[in-house]
Amino acid sequence: MSGIGRTLAVARRELASYAATPVAVVFIVIFLLLQGVMTFNLGGFFARDQADLVPFFSFLPWVFLLLVPAITMRLWAEERRLGTVELLLTLPLRQSEAVLGKFLAAWAFCAVALALTFPFWITVNLLGSPDNGVIACGYLGALLVAGAFLSVGAAMSAATKNQVIAFVLALAICFVFAAAAYPLVTDFIARGSPALAEFVRRISIGERFANFTRGVIEARDVIYFASFMLFWLVLNTVIIEHRKAD
Amino acid sequence: MAALIEIAGLSKRFGGFTAVDAVSFSVARGEVLGFLGPNGAGKSTTMRMLAGFITPSAGSARICGHDVQDDPVAARRNLGFLPEGAPTYPEMTVAGFLAFVGRVRGFHGAELRRRVEHAMTLTAIGAVALQPVETLSKGFKRRVGLAQALLHDPPVLVLDEPTDGLDPNQKHDVRTLIAGMAPAKAIVISTHILEEVEAVCSRAIIIAEGRIVADATPAELARRHPSGRLEEMFRDITAARALAA
Repeated sequence: MSGIGRTLAVARRELASYAATPVAVVFIVIFLLLQGVMTFNLGGFFARDQADLVPFFSFLPWVFLLLVPAITMRLWAEERRLGTVELLLTLPLRQSEAVLGKFLAAWAFCAVALALTFPFWITVNLLGSPDNGVIACGYLGALLVAGAFLSVGAAMSAATKNQVIAFVLALAICFVFAAAAYPLVTDFIARGSPALAEFVRRISIGERFANFTRGVIEARDVIYFASFMLFWLVLNTVIIEHRKAD
Repeated sequence: MAALIEIAGLSKRFGGFTAVDAVSFSVARGEVLGFLGPNGAGKSTTMRMLAGFITPSAGSARICGHDVQDDPVAARRNLGFLPEGAPTYPEMTVAGFLAFVGRVRGFHGAELRRRVEHAMTLTAIGAVALQPVETLSKGFKRRVGLAQALLHDPPVLVLDEPTDGLDPNQKHDVRTLIAGMAPAKAIVISTHILEEVEAVCSRAIIIAEGRIVADATPAELARRHPSGRLEEMFRDITAARALAA
C-alpha cells in the first residue's frame, strides 16, 4: 500500500465525518452569509458600478480568518479527547501521512465552500463582462489563503487537547500573517525597526493574496504559499510525533 | 523459532515517576499471555509502547522482528491492537469504521468487503453494521474495537481489556474466539478478571509498580499460594507491595 493510498484513506474518513456532523452545513451557510453581507453591504458591490469581484475577494481572508480555525480546532484535539488518536497512530501509517490526510480533507472542504460562492460569479457576469481570468486567479489565491490558515490551525490543534485553545491560537497566528500587510501594522513596527517592518510585510499573506486578486500569478507567491503550508505541516508532524500520547 | 513479541529492558518515566521499569519478556506463536496487575501498575503503558504509541525512555520492543521505534510501519502491519477503552469514531457506522481501518491497512474492493464481513462475523456485530458507533452499547463498542484489531488477521494481537463491559455470554464468546485464534498467533491480553486468565491464558505475567513480579503459567502461579487460588496469589503479591510502598 502506497503512502498516497493511506493518506487518502485518512482524508476520506475526515470528509465523511464532516458530512456526518452538522459542522459542514453550519460552516458553509455562515461562510456564504458572511461573504454575502461583506460583498454587497460593506464592499459596495453595486455602488462601485464595476464588473469585478474585488469586494468579494478583499473580505475573504477575514472571513477565512474567523471560520478556518473553527474547522481545524477539532482536527487533532477531538482525536485526543476521544482517544482515537491512539488507534489512528498505531495503524501502519506514518505520522506525516495522517497529518497530510487530515489537512487535505479540510482543504477539499474549503474548496467546496469556495465553489459554492458561484452565484457571485454568475451575478457579476450577468450584470457586466468581467475579466474571468482575473476572477479565476482570485479564486486560486483564495484557496491558497485557506490552505495557509488551515495548516496553521491544524498544527495548533495538534499542540493542545483543548479545542478553545486551539481555536484562539490559530486565530491569533493567522491574524498576524493576515494583518501584517496593512500600513497600520507595518508603520507601527517600522518606528522601532524598519528592517523588521519590511520582513513582516514580506511574510504577510495579505500582500500575496492581493497579487492574485489583481490577476497576477507570480512564481514567488506560489512558492511562498507552498513553503508556508509545508512549514506548518512539518511542524504539525513534529508536534504529533512528540506529543502523541500526552 | 524466534518469538513474535520481544520486549527488552522497556522503561517509561513520566517526569520523576517511573511507570514501567525495565520490563523484559517475549511471547512466541501459540502463547496467550495474560498481563495482570493493579490499576496504575503499568499494563497499558507497556502495551502502548509495544504498539508504538508511547516512546519508551529506555529499552526496545520488537514485533515479528521489526523494532516498533525504528520500523514502526512494518511492526504495526503485523499487529492488531485494541487500545484501552476501545476508542472508535462515534459518528461513523460500524461498517464504515472497519472499512476505514481496512483501507489504511491497504485492502480495497472485494478483498476489503470480505475482510470487514469476516471481522464482523467473528465478533458478532453484523447486526449493527450500519449503525453509528455512538448509538451502540458498551459491549458492542468493545467488540467493534476488537473487530478492528482482527481485520487483517495479524500474527500478533495486543488487547487491552478485551472483555471489559461485556456481559457473561459475550465474555464467553470473546474468550472462545481468543482461544480459537491462539495456535496461530502470539496474543497479549490485559485483564482484571482472573478467571479469564485461567480460562484462556497459557501464561501470566503479574506487574506491580512497573516491574514484573511473577511470570509463570496460571496454574503454577495459583500453586504458589497455600489456598491454590490465583486470586489469593495476586492479592498477596500486589497488596504486599502496596503496603511496603
